Amino acid sequence: MKARVTITLKNGVLDPQGKAIHHALEGLGFGGVNDVRAGKMIELDLADGTSDADIEEMCKKLLANTVIENYRIERA
Amino acid sequence: MNTAVIVFPGSNCDRDLAVAFEQATGKKPHMVWHRETELPDGIDLIGVPGGFSYGDYLRSGAMAAQSPVMRAVSDAAAKGIYVLGICNGFQVLTETGLLPGALMRNAGIQFVCRDVKLTVANSQSAFTSRYKADEEILIPVAHHDGNYFADAATLDRLEGEGRVAFRYAEEVNGSARNIAGVLNEGGNVLGMMPHPERMSEAAHGGLDGKKLFDALASA
Repeated sequence: MKARVTITLKNGVLDPQGKAIHHALEGLGFGGVNDVRAGKMIELDLADGTSDADIEEMCKKLLANTVIENYRIERA
Repeated sequence: MNTAVIVFPGSNCDRDLAVAFEQATGKKPHMVWHRETELPDGIDLIGVPGGFSYGDYLRSGAMAAQSPVMRAVSDAAAKGIYVLGICNGFQVLTETGLLPGALMRNAGIQFVCRDVKLTVANSQSAFTSRYKADEEILIPVAHHDGNYFADAATLDRLEGEGRVAFRYAEEVNGSARNIAGVLNEGGNVLGMMPHPERMSEAAHGGLDGKKLFDALASA
């Protein structure tokens, strides 16, 4: 069983990496990009029966820093 | 005063910090490996050094914050034992929850490695008592993730309670309100991005960092 955790910066938290990517896209001539936010994706291969609550705990304790980041869990 | 320096895989300022502790206290620090579950008895000051613990995997300081020794450090901090986190050590202390906020990627994206001017924002703490109020000092920084972030309410609280120890006196990394170092509520835990241990001998080009260690040694 797999789960995919997507970690993104919270709204209002400045994202210097996203900004740099945005500038680079503009430098390549791609117009029409309003904003870029960078995040990360973590794929977990889990034992069957791992509960949603367990995955939540993983996110809160380690995978995301909830001071600055949101997380979204998708079961694949 | 008895001191300890925590060593993680990837720490690279542990020996410099040990030298600074020894010069200030006259005693060799205990070097404590990250897998230890207890600190030696009678420790008065714990240093969490700079470097790239666990290769900065996931987030700077995130893996180190989960290492066994950090539970012992948290227990010690709760008892009022002094804890000093420098650079990666500051990142570890925020990830552990001993200090509020987070250290994000520098606003300018690039690694910053140079001497920077700081202002002493609180000269009353055990760490900063050898400085004058608002004194300007020169201490080197060397970091990629030093951009201090906390929500506005937390920043207001830190400022209102005198818990901002140091501010950058120039633009360095985009830190909220130019914060370079913060204290915990009890005033016994300090995290700072600049490296006082790299400005503690005449050969370093200045002694502004030495005052911090001397203050602690007499605290």
